[in-house]
Amino acid sequence: MNPQELLYAETHEWVAVAEEGGAKVATVGISDFAVEALTDLVYIQFSKSGGDSVSAGDAFGEVESVKAVSDLYSPVTGEVVAVHDKLADKLETLGDDPFGEGWMLKVKIADESSLGKLMDYDAYKKMCAEQ
Amino acid sequence: MRNTLATKLLFELSQPGRRAGLMPACDVPERPAEELLPGECVAVKPPPLPELAEPDVVRHYANLSQQNMSVDTHTYPLGSCTMKYNPKRNERFAALPGMANVHPYQPDESLQGMLQLLYEMQEILAEIGGLDAVSLQPAAGAQGELTALLVAAAYYRDTHQESRRKVLIPDSAHGTNPASAAMAGFDTVTVKSTPKGYVDMDDFRSKLDETVAVFMITNPNTLGMFDREIKRIADEVHEAGGMIYLDGANMNAILGVTRPGDFGADMMHYNPHKTFSGPHGGGGPGAGPIAVRAKLEPYLPSPVVEKTPSGYRLAYDRPKSIGRVRSFFGNTGVLVRAYSYICTHGPDGLKRVAENAVLNANYLLSRVKHIFPVPQGDRCMHEFVASAGQLKADKGISAMDIGKRLLDHGFHAPTVYFPPIVKEAMMVEPTETESKASLDALTATLFRITEEDAEFLHDAPHTTSTSRPDEVAAARTPVLSWKPE
Repeated sequence: MNPQELLYAETHEWVAVAEEGGAKVATVGISDFAVEALTDLVYIQFSKSGGDSVSAGDAFGEVESVKAVSDLYSPVTGEVVAVHDKLADKLETLGDDPFGEGWMLKVKIADESSLGKLMDYDAYKKMCAEQ
Repeated sequence: MRNTLATKLLFELSQPGRRAGLMPACDVPERPAEELLPGECVAVKPPPLPELAEPDVVRHYANLSQQNMSVDTHTYPLGSCTMKYNPKRNERFAALPGMANVHPYQPDESLQGMLQLLYEMQEILAEIGGLDAVSLQPAAGAQGELTALLVAAAYYRDTHQESRRKVLIPDSAHGTNPASAAMAGFDTVTVKSTPKGYVDMDDFRSKLDETVAVFMITNPNTLGMFDREIKRIADEVHEAGGMIYLDGANMNAILGVTRPGDFGADMMHYNPHKTFSGPHGGGGPGAGPIAVRAKLEPYLPSPVVEKTPSGYRLAYDRPKSIGRVRSFFGNTGVLVRAYSYICTHGPDGLKRVAENAVLNANYLLSRVKHIFPVPQGDRCMHEFVASAGQLKADKGISAMDIGKRLLDHGFHAPTVYFPPIVKEAMMVEPTETESKASLDALTATLFRITEEDAEFLHDAPHTTSTSRPDEVAAARTPVLSWKPE
């Protein structure tokens, strides 16, 4: 995934939207900036699984580093269609390929209005620089 | 010269038959234990304890203690932990036989001295906090938080307000706050901070409603800032029918200057090991007494110490109490030291403690800010949070590298990466017991480290017995007990 073409939440999740079987499906992960800020990762755990409904701003899991535990928030509203459970066994993927193999969640979007609140790449970079 | 042989585990040093003393020959007829005790009371084999001579044990602990950093050996600016010097006077007081040798199963009449001390401690902590009633039982600050929230939950149940489910907690709070609220059965809601580190009033107001049970606030907060909106926050929470919990971790900054009860707190805990100079570390024993408003008093843990015409007694007849939270009467040894500290200083002395803690932190801030930016500004209370973010971006030197390298230079590290709202955070709390000379030396050392080679710093510390433990492995696959090979 090209990071410049993604949408971003204030809480550092990225979203890629694609058409799948007539529905819009969002793939969600966390940015390279977030992975870097978390430092050494220890655990990842997902609280949502396929079939669950999720609203924009809901926690769908948490990631733990040697420094802290951070919630993962869904940037979109809809139905969870896939969770990347295998990530837990290969956390290094998050560092190696955060925008690709490091994806975490796929959501069939039910309400597109939540997409409007997300930032484009330039706005997100600007926010990171200010942090 | 470090003796690494002696610092092996005692089980590894053990040699069969080695002893610390030789017993004289027995001068009465010996009979086997099996003849004297019922069969089920006799062990099949001796317990697997290490067998060592006295010098083995003494060298082991003496050498281990030299690998350690402590307030007795080093400046220890570990933010949020208030690593002030622990006066030896407290230790002498706690070692008096009347303090050290009493047993909790003694009848109250034979414990009057200890009970009087504990009763007075309840009164003293209520006065310092500006609150009405105290429980000395909780064994640590975090248990104090949990106890107070259980008390709040009992109060809401008793007054038929079970719909109060929400506990509001700023994003700068200690992690124990949301953990305590969740364990007490509440839902936690995070309130944002402004860039200056105060509660974001708009975000706070958007989350305040009739389901709020408690707002847990640390004031001064973990950024070392006193939230000047505290009275307004408390008034609005009270108006909505909720209560204010004050995390008393930072009481060292306001002792005798202001009181939580005066700025709106309904409940609070103390950390006597921080504020009142009890020894830290080793996982305890600690204490986390709580103080509450009168309306919450019936729900406090049992027993409390009561003063009656015939003397002091432990009162158990408290039908609304949440019950016991700790065996016996908590860790009285820490409370005895705190009592000694408080009585040594008196009201004026405690106020000077706070004034000098704030003065020292501001002096250090005024020097350190020329090396590291301090995002929350030019003034602080008892501690401040500097950021190594720019240094990380420019030279790749992180807060972790600086903390580790400080050990080589004979300073304990500041608290790093907390609070999480500051990038590459270094939380520095000098306390009132450091001299100007040691603060100047710390500043000079911090500056010197920023000039050092980044690669060299990534491998620091270079002079300690262990350099960088594998933190990921420690978290993922901890080895918690020794097993024979």
